[in-house]
Amino acid sequence: MTATPTILGSGLDEVTRSEASLRQFLHGLPGVDQVGAEARAAGLGTRSIKTTAKAYALDLAIRMVDLTTLEGADTPGKVRALASKAMRPDPADPDCPSVAAVCVYPDMVATVRETLGGSGVHIAAVATAFPSGRAALDIKLADTADAVEAGADEIDMVIDRGAFLSGRYQQVYDEIVAVKAACARADGPSAHLKVIFETGELQTYDNVRRVSWLAMMAGADFIKTSTGKVQPAATLPVTMIMLEAVRDFREQTGRMIGVKPAGGIRTSKDAIKYLVMVNEVAGPDWLDPDWFRFGASTLLNDLLMQRTKMTTGRYSGPDYFTLD
Amino acid sequence: MSDRIDVRKTYKLYIGGAFPRSESAYSYEVRDSRGAFVANAALASRKDARDAVVAARKAFGSWSARTAYNRAQILYRIAEVLEDRRPQFVQAVVQSEGLSSSKAEKVVDAAVDRLVWYAGWADKITQVLGSANPVAGPFFNLSTPEPTGVVAVLAPQESSLLGLISVVAPVIVTGNTVVVVSSYDRPLPAVNLAEVLATSDVPGGVVNLLTGSAATVAPWLAAHMDVNAIDLTGVVGDAALATELEVAAADNLKRVRRAPAVEPDWSADPGLEPMTTFLEIKTVWHPIGV
Amino acid sequence: MPFEYAPAPESRSIVDIKASYGLFIDGEFVDGHGKSFKTISPSTEEVLAEVAEADEADVDAAVKAARKAYDKVWSKLPGRERAKYLYRIARIIQERSRELAVLESIDNGKPIKESRDVDIPIVAAHFFYYAGWADKLEYAGRGTDPQPLGVAGQIIPWNFPLLMLAWKIAPALACGNTVVLKPAETTPLTALLFAEICQQADLPPGVVNIITGAGGTGQALVAHRGIDKVAFTGSTEVGKAIARTVAGTDKKVTLELGGKAANIVFDDAPLDQAVEGIVTGIFFNQGHVCCAGSRLLVQESVAEELLARLKRRMSTLRVGDPLDKNTDIGAINSAEQLARIRELSAIGEAEGAGRWSPECELPTTGFWFPPTLFTDVTQAHRIAREEIFGPVLSVLTFRTPSEAVEKANNTPYGLSAGVWTEKGSRILSMANQLRAGVVWANTFNKFDPTSPFGGFKESGYGREGGRHGLEAYLK
Repeated sequence: MTATPTILGSGLDEVTRSEASLRQFLHGLPGVDQVGAEARAAGLGTRSIKTTAKAYALDLAIRMVDLTTLEGADTPGKVRALASKAMRPDPADPDCPSVAAVCVYPDMVATVRETLGGSGVHIAAVATAFPSGRAALDIKLADTADAVEAGADEIDMVIDRGAFLSGRYQQVYDEIVAVKAACARADGPSAHLKVIFETGELQTYDNVRRVSWLAMMAGADFIKTSTGKVQPAATLPVTMIMLEAVRDFREQTGRMIGVKPAGGIRTSKDAIKYLVMVNEVAGPDWLDPDWFRFGASTLLNDLLMQRTKMTTGRYSGPDYFTLD
Repeated sequence: MSDRIDVRKTYKLYIGGAFPRSESAYSYEVRDSRGAFVANAALASRKDARDAVVAARKAFGSWSARTAYNRAQILYRIAEVLEDRRPQFVQAVVQSEGLSSSKAEKVVDAAVDRLVWYAGWADKITQVLGSANPVAGPFFNLSTPEPTGVVAVLAPQESSLLGLISVVAPVIVTGNTVVVVSSYDRPLPAVNLAEVLATSDVPGGVVNLLTGSAATVAPWLAAHMDVNAIDLTGVVGDAALATELEVAAADNLKRVRRAPAVEPDWSADPGLEPMTTFLEIKTVWHPIGV
Repeated sequence: MPFEYAPAPESRSIVDIKASYGLFIDGEFVDGHGKSFKTISPSTEEVLAEVAEADEADVDAAVKAARKAYDKVWSKLPGRERAKYLYRIARIIQERSRELAVLESIDNGKPIKESRDVDIPIVAAHFFYYAGWADKLEYAGRGTDPQPLGVAGQIIPWNFPLLMLAWKIAPALACGNTVVLKPAETTPLTALLFAEICQQADLPPGVVNIITGAGGTGQALVAHRGIDKVAFTGSTEVGKAIARTVAGTDKKVTLELGGKAANIVFDDAPLDQAVEGIVTGIFFNQGHVCCAGSRLLVQESVAEELLARLKRRMSTLRVGDPLDKNTDIGAINSAEQLARIRELSAIGEAEGAGRWSPECELPTTGFWFPPTLFTDVTQAHRIAREEIFGPVLSVLTFRTPSEAVEKANNTPYGLSAGVWTEKGSRILSMANQLRAGVVWANTFNKFDPTSPFGGFKESGYGREGGRHGLEAYLK
């Protein structure tokens, strides 16, 4: 196995040489005390974001949304509607920014591409036998390549949680490296790779920290909490551990990695708590859709309602926003 | 009648497991209850008190770190050896306190029994005084008693054996070390007790025994910044001295066991107070998480 | 564009501060015989109110009222009835929590998020906890017929005004004592509001008496022949003076005094949580905390990394308006305290320690001090030995566990300590060896009514909180 070039010279290339060195490194990372971590996350959640700060946060949150539909019942009509909404979330307000991306299954990528055109809204596709990740590697790679070929700008892959939990770190690492390679596009830039951990299945914050480093060393562009199919999905403390990881990774390698909590973030209040956390844990550099995303579906409408409340001074209602 | 001249014992101090004479080389006459000369006892000086505190401090770490079971066995061992030397102590009590032999026997028996009683407390006091505290959060929270440190004890002036045992045993059983000033007029049981301690597996320095005047030595102990607590039981009837000592003890906030109005009835059940005064509650928190 | 948090001030309209306050004696507010003094808001230096300064005659009146209430009412009331008064008080505190929190932050200078989320909830919990003891004292392990002491004279500091009041009054009343309490001269307002709460609860007159004043008032109270008990929280210096004053009397005493706690971080610690623990340990309540983790002992092998993380974290601390909900560090309580913090910090620099604070803008009026740390501190430095009682951390290093223990215990104080390591057996070993009344392992500055609090050595004696806290008020 070859080390990925991105971490060369950071001292981490040695780490990925073997299963043993990987294990030694990951288990040598500072532990996470659950109670302390949760208390810190809850403490950040008490920040009071009002007036101008709230207006800023709402617009930023909208720009960070990966508007998502990942249902067996998805149809071209449904994803087209979603893509339209992604470009113009609030048809009544031309100043309302568009979201970061539309996130769909690979077979819907082409449809979304048609709708989005050159709007600047990205297309993200979940690949690698999403959501369970239980398939042979060649199938996962084919899944990825298909989505890239169909025009996906971003690939949201799932790791093999079984392999991770049984300590086969090298296998997880190799798979990420392989998927990353499959994200390459002959006629342009590689698709960005988001690596989904399904933190709800990993159980401990120690595991979240370890898998974050594993994925970053393997070449992930983004690390992402969850598929949205398993509870608990994204939580503030899990996201905080990941933000600490990207912060520390940049410190060591100079390379910035994005973070994407996904699933379970439904209200503006929640989203703002995440932004406070990004600001104070990873730092203001991450307050950008290039470095932080929300994987969400219903969140967007709440952000829009709150945004309208800020501009009109009165509370809005769901009837005034589209359902898609 | 033998014409052999008997060999008299020199009564010395007991400091750090050794039997030194007073550093000052002073002694004073000890007379029995009828006024007959018995022996010269060492008159402890402030420097002897200082040496005793050093010895007690040195012994504190390892004594307090011993298992409670081990301290229990050592206190029980003191009782065994004391019982073994019963006639000697009966004689000392008769001489010192002027009791009849039968009354003195009862006093010695009570002293042995008290040691046995305290020996049993070594591994129970933590359970009785400790607690697991149900704090409103994800934390394990446990309170346990720990020894205060070096304790200066002014032993009762009248009850020279039972009273002495009753103020020393509760201090050391929980892991403190002690510097005790015995009864001035009745030091013989204390000096004999030192010999028992020296042969009962009590580590040197755990009990340091000074004979002499509390009025001379106690102010130095009360003001000593490396003494953590003081028991004023022995200054019954001298309110001015008791107050002076308590004021001096405030210099480093010693825990003070105040002098009672009259010397207590030593045959009564002591309760927990003689131990609790020289214990500190330590509470440890730790998060509960995965 | 950076994410600037807009001001988010808690409204102060909920509190109604009167122009002047009398003394609360025998259930009524009365004028004192003595002079009066001003209490100011430390964040603005605005005068908040004129408060009576109780003289000896006032102290005497308060003690007599407490004695009468003890003899005639409180000592005769069954425990279950005393309990109900305390439950009532706990409930009113919960109902008026916002008002109490705002008033505390105005008078003390502490951030509203702390008065709101820490002080006032624990105050209510403390009354609730001890209420339940009032009719169960025979199960407290102090014999089958425990008796109250009588009248308790209680003196509390300015750092946690209402919380310290709760720690004093709740167990005293639960055990059947009556009290005369003196709040600190810079923070009398929440105690006076508490007096109003006693009226709302229909607490019998004289059971709680609140007398305001400074050191002289406190001395008169401690020396008064009519009290049976002195409970004091404050400086070690004053604690010693109290111990001298009560020498030769029958007054029972508990003292909760200063500290210079070591917060020990091993190289295998959960570092991010340790950083939080260090920050909570020394910057909570502006460092005006007797159990503050004012000495950071960090293992050499991880010192550099930990300090980098700590400095980054300190840079996110928000210093300013105590009523702003996003303020992490409020105002220093008084000009006098600020002067002491400045003095000791200057000494730290003069003695060669490296001083560092994050960039932070301080308001121009009021009393402010930035979060500060000193590196290359040795045991010999004054900032490693003396209680600064401010947001100032001294950083020392160690190499081995035994060195950590030696350094941690090398102080006349013994109130609290912290240990950070992922190794369980090491935690227990350290906890055994540290000579401190509270050991926080992988956490810091946690308080709970069920958990006894108090120190070893010159940090005082007696415990507050938990079953052990009853001992201070029973015979």
